[in-house]
Amino acid sequence: MPATITPNKTEQDRKRRVEDHDNGSGRRPPTDKRTGGGGDNDNWNDRPNGRRGPYERLHRYRMGLFFALASDLMFFVAIVSTFFVNQSTGHFDPYNHYVNEWLPTTIPPILWLNTAVLLLSSAAIEFARRNMFRETDVMDEWLGLGKPITRRALPWLAATIALGILFLTGQWIAWRQLALQHIFFKTNQSSHFFYLITGVHAVHLFLGIAGLLTAFTGLYVSRQLETRQILVDGAAWYWHAMGLLWLFLFTLLVFFQ
Amino acid sequence: MTPPFNTPPAQPQPANTAGKKRRAALFPLRLFSIDHRIIGIQYLVLALISVVIGTVLSLLMRIHLVWPDWHLPLHGPILPEDYLALVTIHGTIMLFFVLTTAPQAGFGNLILPAQIGARSMAFPTLNATSFWLTAAALLILLSSTFVPGGAAISGWTAYPPLSAVASSGPGQALGMDLWLTSIALFAIASTVSSINTLTTIIRNRCNGMTWERLPLTVWGWFTAALLSIIAFSVLLAAILLLLCDRHAGTSFFLPTGDLVNGVLHQGGNGSPLLWLHLFWFFGHPEVYIAILPGMGLTSMLLANFSHRRVFAYRTMILTTLLIGLLGILLWGHHMFVAGLNPFASSAFSISTMAIALPAAAKVLSWLATTWRSKPSYKTPMLFALGFVSLFLTGGLTGPILAQPILDEYLHNTFFVVAHFHLIMAMAGIFGLYAATYYWFPLLTATSQHPGRLFSEPLGNLHFWCTLVGAYAVFLPMHLTGLAGEPRHYAQLTGIPGPGGSLSPAGALLSNTLPLNRFITYAAIFLATAQLVFLFNLVRSLRKGDFASSNPWQATTLEWHPSMNPFPPPSASDTPEMSVHRAPCHYQSNRSEVSFLPQWEPVPLALDEIEDATDTKPE
Ligand SMILES: [Cu+2]
Repeated sequence: MPATITPNKTEQDRKRRVEDHDNGSGRRPPTDKRTGGGGDNDNWNDRPNGRRGPYERLHRYRMGLFFALASDLMFFVAIVSTFFVNQSTGHFDPYNHYVNEWLPTTIPPILWLNTAVLLLSSAAIEFARRNMFRETDVMDEWLGLGKPITRRALPWLAATIALGILFLTGQWIAWRQLALQHIFFKTNQSSHFFYLITGVHAVHLFLGIAGLLTAFTGLYVSRQLETRQILVDGAAWYWHAMGLLWLFLFTLLVFFQ
Repeated sequence: MTPPFNTPPAQPQPANTAGKKRRAALFPLRLFSIDHRIIGIQYLVLALISVVIGTVLSLLMRIHLVWPDWHLPLHGPILPEDYLALVTIHGTIMLFFVLTTAPQAGFGNLILPAQIGARSMAFPTLNATSFWLTAAALLILLSSTFVPGGAAISGWTAYPPLSAVASSGPGQALGMDLWLTSIALFAIASTVSSINTLTTIIRNRCNGMTWERLPLTVWGWFTAALLSIIAFSVLLAAILLLLCDRHAGTSFFLPTGDLVNGVLHQGGNGSPLLWLHLFWFFGHPEVYIAILPGMGLTSMLLANFSHRRVFAYRTMILTTLLIGLLGILLWGHHMFVAGLNPFASSAFSISTMAIALPAAAKVLSWLATTWRSKPSYKTPMLFALGFVSLFLTGGLTGPILAQPILDEYLHNTFFVVAHFHLIMAMAGIFGLYAATYYWFPLLTATSQHPGRLFSEPLGNLHFWCTLVGAYAVFLPMHLTGLAGEPRHYAQLTGIPGPGGSLSPAGALLSNTLPLNRFITYAAIFLATAQLVFLFNLVRSLRKGDFASSNPWQATTLEWHPSMNPFPPPSASDTPEMSVHRAPCHYQSNRSEVSFLPQWEPVPLALDEIEDATDTKPE
């Protein structure tokens, strides 16, 4: 077995030590503000992963969700690019004239109402989410003094689910209205996109409602406060993202056809 | 199959249950495990099965090209549609289920958590889910061979309008649908797996493992995972649109008045070019997803076996990220001959040639790391050097194809086939072999014995045969390509011209026939040489030499004595680790080599420090 290097003096002096609570990135103060609660210099960051404080799991799940949403964003970017490309694509007719056959689909007015409902639901889930993190209530739940957090968040969560289902019903009504005008998925280029975009977004909202329902049941079933927080927090961020996405898609359908 | 390294003993077993133990080894109850090491092994097994199938298919193609009359046993003559199906399935399997799966998901799962000092992946259940989705995708792809009409015939790129019209050829109906389903599943699985990788790297690093101390392999996995989450969902969207075109009466990709196989398609107003944009926005990053982990590993191995620090460590991190960034900006070079706007062609040409800069910086670092060192030429090192060699020779033709004018002539010829096989397939496979030989002790440690090593002489034999074979197959392809040999042609010989004479095309191709024969012989040799590896694998699994806990004097965390102990601990008991420095701190003067692993605290005996002439502080 070969010997191990001993670094020279300059190298030793230059290198900051992990033991000094410095991760070497050079951007953090020598002692992290976040304390592990174990007295002097006990720092969450020094603990092995899996034991880095109450919000470690929460932050991990949030990050996973963030990347999932980023990848989902690219999915919609692809579809929206297709929209613009197809919108500007035409062909040459037998007389060598360039024809662009894009016929904008009239947006059923109920979509405005739906958008308002979705915005309301986003507000509701945000109330639910914030209530999951009220510090005094969190302390109460940790100490086993009742379930104030859960009681506060439940109604808002239920409201979100109801509003979400209302939105989806509204979208369904919009489809019915278009169908009555004999505008179907197949009808023309712009109707392809109307149905495709609203349809794919609706599928995402179905997933979101499934997530909300999971969070809702989780509030009853799960014993661990952190699990409940993760469920509501994850469902909330996902729901916000879908709301924001809808605003973009709606703007696209209304103003850019 | 021996259980993977560090596997927790499943149950405390009584001593006299050898038969039961053997059965447990054959049919592991842990098939649906969420342990990242078992999932990693499962991915590798999946890739091994895929690579065997893909190689057999490629041999069938080579044989058919030079002996078109050959009858495939149990099948009969290879018809043109069979040949195209071979091309399609070979490409799909190799690219998705070998080159994407094995380095990123396979070795990523096995090694990555250990290398950053994490206990496990961030989302273990999700990890298992993505493996089983991948397995399902492979099954669906293989099943498409047996449906009426056979497998899809439009190549792994599935260009419309042929792929959008079910009647455009045999295999374009149900076979194509299955192909699309399989790839959609694969896209979802890869995205999920990449989310897992990214979260693990960002949040599960151990104490002291800063970004600048991350091994370059981890940076490779990280960048590849970033590319995956950006690119795969675009592919998924494209597949959704194509399925709409096929079944829902839309025409996103179908132009108007298109005559396909005798049927005129009216009313569409779509653009096949759009598919090319969406597909290659995924397809080109995909190439880097396949190669980036290999690049990272090569850097680490060259440093390890040359006993040097990685030359310009931080620049190497930067070039990795830069290659990833440029990798998603240059998809258009696949479309120079497809009718791209000339201005767009120029832009894509420039961005494509720009990627030569970070790539050249990487090659320079590899050369500078090994330059005038005294490397120990163990098998992993040989494969890492082979990677550099193939990366160079394959990469040199990149800037040629990046120029629209030259690409115009070369695009649909074997020149391109040679280019991407050298740089992606061969370099990628060399990276995989380097990884396998290097990490084999970690793969094979069980509760009964520590890890084993591959046989070195057999490994050397395997390396030299593979290197010679790889060049013998793919260098001549440049020549046949320059001579004009087209890709995707089922038959090159005997194309009659007017009046029974050879047509100009036939005459052209008859000139390259001897070279083509040579390529086929070389391909058979190359495939046979892999049997040496398989033999070595089976032999070493049973009776390879036992390795010490750090046989290569490596400095990264996966070789921490407690990560490869005897018997291994269960995953949740992995000891806490701290990292004190960047990897690859080596020092060698003449005969003696010393190294400082990442986990070793700085020794406090300052008096003993003498000249550390060979290494500069970073
Ligand atoms: Cu490319």
